[in-house]
Amino acid sequence: MASPSYEQVEPGTELPPRQYQVTRRDLVRYAGASGDFNVIHWNERIAKSVGLPDVIAHGMLTMALAGRFVTEWAGDPGAVTEFGVRFSAPVVVPDDDKGATVEIAGTVTERLDGQRVAIDVTAKSDGAKVLTRARAVVRLA
Amino acid sequence: MAINTGYVGRTFEPTEPYEVSRVKIAEFADAIGEPSPLCRDRAAAQAAGYPDVIAPPTFAIVVSAAGSAKVTHDPDLGVNYAMVVHGEQSFEHARPLHAGDVVVSQSTIESIRPIGSMTTMTTVTQIRTVDGELVCTARSTLVERGA
Repeated sequence: MASPSYEQVEPGTELPPRQYQVTRRDLVRYAGASGDFNVIHWNERIAKSVGLPDVIAHGMLTMALAGRFVTEWAGDPGAVTEFGVRFSAPVVVPDDDKGATVEIAGTVTERLDGQRVAIDVTAKSDGAKVLTRARAVVRLA
Repeated sequence: MAINTGYVGRTFEPTEPYEVSRVKIAEFADAIGEPSPLCRDRAAAQAAGYPDVIAPPTFAIVVSAAGSAKVTHDPDLGVNYAMVVHGEQSFEHARPLHAGDVVVSQSTIESIRPIGSMTTMTTVTQIRTVDGELVCTARSTLVERGA
């Protein structure tokens, strides 16, 4: 997929929606890569003891998937100048081979100076919005 | 125990220098499924105008976490970690982190707000090179649920 140019993009331009699978294996791998070993991301017994339905994904992994969604579209992981999210619901990851599905979509909301555009991102899992107020500013070629 | 509001505005000690490595960037990119060669192939990154392989935008959490830990490990702050969830996170990047960067992070507590039985705490962490160049500002809000 060719990267979009600033001239081609306008408010209302939609990024192609994507679905990402998140399994327990992915959580273990993200824990190791990020250094976040909070037990609620890998231990069902403790997750349930603190009132969670099951093991949940790291919020930062969900945010990273939303970031990847934007950078794959932009064609450059270095293109993001601002990126913020609110974690509105957990991504619950069952102990099976399929894991959780995170559905991500995005729409360009503004053209900014410096060849940059603002994008509103939505992320859902199991019918719930898992990110809200998710916004990225990306510099395009 | 509630979070100690006397900590608002406090700036903590900077971390020890952290050297961003190609291996760690590639490991992080693999963990989030970021497929870009700019995170793995130095020649590709240089062809795109970067000094070396670049980190995905949320990699900054790996670096800023050490600064945040200075805050969260302060026993007098009074945070009950069993009750904490991550509420919000944002990053402003002056440029992407790249392999070879040697950076320190330093955190300041921006606000502590009781909201009903919950308390939110927002921390701002600046990631700078050891030469003082500001690379990233990370803002993190933790929510402590009421017991």
